[in-house]
Amino acid sequence: MEKTKEPEVTLELALEHGLTEEEYRKILEILGRKPNYTELGIFSVMWSEHCSYKNSIAVLKTLPRTGKSLLVKAGEENAGLVDIGDGLAVAFKIESHNHPSAIEPFQGAATGVGGILRDIFTMGARPIASLDSLRFGPLTNPRNKYLFDHVVQGIAHYGNCVGVPTVAGEVYFEECYTGNPLVNVMTVGIVEHEYIVSATAKGEGNAVMIVGSATGRDGIHGATFASEELTEESEYRRPSVQVGDPFTEKLLLEASLELAKKGFLVGMQDMGAAGISCSTSEMSARGKSGMIIDLSKVPLREPGMTPYEIMLSESQERMLVVVKKGFEEETKKIFNKWGLNCVEIGKVTNTQPLEIYMNGEKVGEIPAWHLVLGGGAPVYTRKTKYPSYIEEIRAFDIDEIPEPEDYNEVLLKLISSPNIADKSWVFRQYDYSVMTNTALPPGYGAGVLRIKGTRKALAVKTDGNGRYTYLNPYRGGAIAVAEAARNVVCTGARPLAITNCLNFGNPYDEEIYYQFKNAVHGMGDACRVFDTPVTGGNVSFYNESPDGPIYPTVVVGMLGLIKDIFHITTPWFKNEGDFIILIGNIKGELGGSEYLKVIHGLVKGDAPSIDLEFERRIHDAVLEAIRKGIVNSAIDISDGGLAIALAEACIKNPSGPMGASVYLSGDARNDELLFSECQSCIVVTVREDNLLEMEKIASKNMVPSTTIGRVKGDRRLRINTLIDIDTAVLLREYTAAIPSMMKGG
Amino acid sequence: MRVGVVIFPGSNCDYDTYYVFKDVLKVDVSFIWHTDSDLRGYDAVILPGGFSYGDYLRAGAIARFSPVMREIVRFAKRGNPVMGICNGFQILLEAELLPGALIPNNGMRFRCEDVYIRVVNNDSIFTRGLDKGRVLKMPIAHYSGNYYADEGTIKSLEDNEQIVFQYCDSAGEVLPEANPNGSILNIAGIVNREGNILGMMPHPERASEKVLGSEDGVEIFKSLMGKV
Amino acid sequence: MVKARIIVRYKPGILDPEGKTIYDALRSLGFEKVEGVETGKYFEITFAGDVDKNKAKELTTDACERLLANPVIQNYSFEIVEGDR
Repeated sequence: MEKTKEPEVTLELALEHGLTEEEYRKILEILGRKPNYTELGIFSVMWSEHCSYKNSIAVLKTLPRTGKSLLVKAGEENAGLVDIGDGLAVAFKIESHNHPSAIEPFQGAATGVGGILRDIFTMGARPIASLDSLRFGPLTNPRNKYLFDHVVQGIAHYGNCVGVPTVAGEVYFEECYTGNPLVNVMTVGIVEHEYIVSATAKGEGNAVMIVGSATGRDGIHGATFASEELTEESEYRRPSVQVGDPFTEKLLLEASLELAKKGFLVGMQDMGAAGISCSTSEMSARGKSGMIIDLSKVPLREPGMTPYEIMLSESQERMLVVVKKGFEEETKKIFNKWGLNCVEIGKVTNTQPLEIYMNGEKVGEIPAWHLVLGGGAPVYTRKTKYPSYIEEIRAFDIDEIPEPEDYNEVLLKLISSPNIADKSWVFRQYDYSVMTNTALPPGYGAGVLRIKGTRKALAVKTDGNGRYTYLNPYRGGAIAVAEAARNVVCTGARPLAITNCLNFGNPYDEEIYYQFKNAVHGMGDACRVFDTPVTGGNVSFYNESPDGPIYPTVVVGMLGLIKDIFHITTPWFKNEGDFIILIGNIKGELGGSEYLKVIHGLVKGDAPSIDLEFERRIHDAVLEAIRKGIVNSAIDISDGGLAIALAEACIKNPSGPMGASVYLSGDARNDELLFSECQSCIVVTVREDNLLEMEKIASKNMVPSTTIGRVKGDRRLRINTLIDIDTAVLLREYTAAIPSMMKGG
Repeated sequence: MRVGVVIFPGSNCDYDTYYVFKDVLKVDVSFIWHTDSDLRGYDAVILPGGFSYGDYLRAGAIARFSPVMREIVRFAKRGNPVMGICNGFQILLEAELLPGALIPNNGMRFRCEDVYIRVVNNDSIFTRGLDKGRVLKMPIAHYSGNYYADEGTIKSLEDNEQIVFQYCDSAGEVLPEANPNGSILNIAGIVNREGNILGMMPHPERASEKVLGSEDGVEIFKSLMGKV
Repeated sequence: MVKARIIVRYKPGILDPEGKTIYDALRSLGFEKVEGVETGKYFEITFAGDVDKNKAKELTTDACERLLANPVIQNYSFEIVEGDR
């Protein structure tokens, strides 16, 4: 084979690879020489924001990352691992695929699902559910519509084929996401303790194997070869978008789980970003080992690939596996049975460097530890500046806006606002019932999955209101956790732990870094109070559209545990005559509300206030009542306020809409009473003979409980003299909104 | 009675189906690998749902060439019960064990939701325990579930009472609004003329326990087991 | 009446999972002489009576760029023919 001529490494080339001058100097120092082209490529991807978290890790370290049920510390493995008893653990994580989805929404979203699934099953856990947190610009813009449509189809295509149900999530539409959609995907898996797999390479002489798909030129970054030299070849542009193959993923999943049960498996890691570079260096660094690998053994999809390309390829559906010496053939047998490649490409060594060969020639040597996060990768603390927009946008006086005259009309408008309206257009495209665990399907808040072989169930939910975080980064971060926790509590679950996806603009912008830092602090404080440690997550910076940065969007993925499937609680009103009780306080807090946005066209005010200790007591009270068996339904107040919570409780009954008569009192304005998105509020229904018990539980937990009305069988929702509306009409508007906007492609 | 559940590469309802037989019905059940060619000892075979071979080319088109399919054709021709659910139904059609084809849903979208189906024929081994006209609730989850056949085939299906399930509303009315995918005559499931091969798009294995919202599906398996 | 016959395929180097799976299936059925399978999509567009071949070419290019192909991962090719119906 003809020897590949590689460009000479210079500072300029390093800068083109996205490294800074300081970083380039550090590389020279680490190696004690100039890196070659392949090595430069490896450093550039490993020290990229995506792999090294260099601009976020210092702040992330302030989060609470330990807890009695955590089996690994955040960041130690590919996903968090939480003990749920019965010898079982839950592995879960969320990741963004925003930028790929902006370019090619179908494949971008699909490969996002694939990547997070692999993070879970490489730990030995069988994925049992996925969730999607999505943000788009308004559907009135055809490009946004296209992105929305194709992202949803991409998720469906991948998740459905692999056979992991998509059970919950949320979708929001805001101007700031035009051209920069957010696609955050979470997967939850279950593993028996004894089969937990670590992403570690250790034991001298153990075999390093690459399994799954062949390696192509997909997604190679920084491939800005000294461009003037490329004429003929530059036509052959390296594709930056990967195509997902869910069929291969399914085979890989089954083969990996079969392997996970074998005692000879040492470690396993997904090849995501930075492909072979990342998996070899991270696995080595974790095991304080080195590796010798031979790239000529890697199965390739295309001829003539260079070491640089092979090391940096991001071809999907591949993994790196380390097995004990002597078990190479047994490992191959497993993967071959599933029709997959499995090739030994090297050995683990006791010395530190990662040595890379191709066709008998050494093409790179780097001490693995220096490449990775937590090792030698750079760590920066960026400057912050109080954002100039905040003062102006928070200066908001409710008296500036007129009170509506017709509240029925307001309610109809709100319930058909895409942020509130029925999302079944989305989740009907997802297989949410495969694996036969789904006890509460999408559309009712948290998704609930029973755990076979036990009495337990998991409740899972993602939440994150970008508008709140924009108005008040600290509160926005705290509320994201509180709301996700409240949602799982409403199903009867105790919140256990979170994963998070932090979507922000450019971290070098000091105002954006202020948002980031404060949002993380808010999130951390909430996690400490709720005793829900952060098990891991993902940071996505540089989310900017031509019109500016997105709203800072903290997405929290919450895991909750239901002790007994008997406790599973649903949000809809059930029986005529049940008493409707508000646990919590209604305050006049319209800042950042859907009401202000939809009815008055304003994104103003402060995010709703939150007292985290109080919120926790609300959770305790509702959980206690649910476990006593007296709660017939539970729904929290969120987007659209109390009026929308009541409307949803009426119309979500699968056997047809119910009615309710409600009386609210308070010294706030009527629109504030109805539509304030007050935190720490849950609406429950109980039978008359349980009223006293409910009050007792509330007062024991030192939270207010107010009987505000009763469930009716007449299909009318009545609130004071303000609202009197046919709930069948509400249901019609609620379900018709998104399909009618998506009509005609 | 011993039941076999076939695993094709890409099957994803194999374990769900196995679970219902083993843990809900407490029946002797085991998996059959797609390269197996010995069905001795089995009394019934289920082709489960999923995306065999990624549904590439056409759903079921590649799976039908699996070694195990040759054996299943023989097994079925001898009159033994064979049931295809969702992708399994698609494979049975590609293998020409049942007539017709399943084309993409008329909405050109994957569709997952609970539907109601009406028992039109209770004269098969799969429905003998169910009253004619009974309405069952269970999920569908498919992209290509739109049953199509030419007029002559449809007529012979009707004449021979091979239509077993039709999509209907909760009251059992077979209405166009209750048709989730555009199937001719709201067809949700059919049998062969002899009545020992059933193909159906809805997933009875997903409606076999109370915690999942419906136990109607298990009735079909019970019929098959003769446990009625 | 003018028609466009369009084929959209993956660009070289982009993974074609469907093609690969069909290739494997053909090989296992004994088609040893098959060395590769690529999949693509075929479209036929019929234009209004007043569209000539040049205009059809222009419209087809635009349709391919904007909708039928995603230039990030796909190539397209087409021919313009006189329709027979």
